[in-house]
Amino acid sequence: MNVWIAIAATALGCYLVKLLGLLVPAGALERPLVKRLSALLPVALLAALTAQQTFSTGHQVLLDARGAGLAAAALALAVRAPFLVIVGAAVLVTAGVRALGG
Amino acid sequence: MATEQTAPPDIPTEVTQAEDRPDAAVVRDALGVGVAVGLSGFAFGVTSAGSGLGLLQTCALSLLVFTGASQFALVGALAAGGNPFTAAAGAFFLGVRNAFYGLRLSQLLALPKAVRPFAAQWVIDETTAVTLAQPTRRAARIGFTVTGLTLYVLWNLTTLAGALGARALGDTDAWGLDAASPAVFLALLAPMLTSATERITAALAVLLVLGLLPVLPAGAPVLVAALAAPAVLFLKGRDRHPAVEGDVPRTARAHDITDPGRSDTTGNSPKGQAR
Repeated sequence: MNVWIAIAATALGCYLVKLLGLLVPAGALERPLVKRLSALLPVALLAALTAQQTFSTGHQVLLDARGAGLAAAALALAVRAPFLVIVGAAVLVTAGVRALGG
Repeated sequence: MATEQTAPPDIPTEVTQAEDRPDAAVVRDALGVGVAVGLSGFAFGVTSAGSGLGLLQTCALSLLVFTGASQFALVGALAAGGNPFTAAAGAFFLGVRNAFYGLRLSQLLALPKAVRPFAAQWVIDETTAVTLAQPTRRAARIGFTVTGLTLYVLWNLTTLAGALGARALGDTDAWGLDAASPAVFLALLAPMLTSATERITAALAVLLVLGLLPVLPAGAPVLVAALAAPAVLFLKGRDRHPAVEGDVPRTARAHDITDPGRSDTTGNSPKGQAR
């Protein structure tokens, strides 16, 4: 049930902000500070999520096979690999390290 | 989509000079983006099912939320044991950027009011990128529609396939599929790290989330880490000499090319200069 609540809240919230952008007159959200913050907020969130999902399990911070997978993804990013290759590299390397007992 | 609306006065002047792109070229670009990104719904389906969400829940997310980073964030937070509201809050904050895309798109597409509630669901990173790259309103509308349609259909189909596949695989962690979601986040994040401000914000957010994980309830550390954004802006604002405002890197500069420049705001500053 909790999951459905989260899904409903997220779906409603995400839809409303999309609609808001289309309906609101441009001037209302064009203040420089609002624009800067909206550009920077995803940076903070994505960085935090990347770190959390790579280096933690529950409340424990730890380094495991996912760290190697993320390093592979970073390498793929550095050579401008396509999106799917980046994700694939992370998955393959993580699976490989686990298979080797890492 | 076939009939051109009476063009509002704020149509970009470049339009008249820009070479009209053949519709086929626009469709080809839009399809390329739509197919490539649409296929990654597979990674979401697998991740979501691997995180313990049901098939129906996984598909509902792709159908109703349809903004990838938010979906991954929600699923990750729920898997980590976050309560539904902190989990939804993180996903929501990631979706806020779409409001700013909508601002740009509503000028470029000039959609009739009645169409906007339906177009809104397709306002995401990829459709915005394709639409902004088009020189004319007609091309922008074609780009938006084709990208939106292919991405929406494929994203949902591959989500379903991924969720079914994950069940067949059994332990998805053994296949390394738990690394898919952080890799997606990294791929989305990397192009945003354009200046020191972004890099410092990202580093601060990482420190905050890893530092707070052991002590705060699940879901909360990510939300606190989001405060890195206002914190860095605040410190930067205090640091900066008011006179050197000009050296602030302009965000979304590429977008300004297509920004017609609003004429309806009371302009007490020359367009684009004083920002």
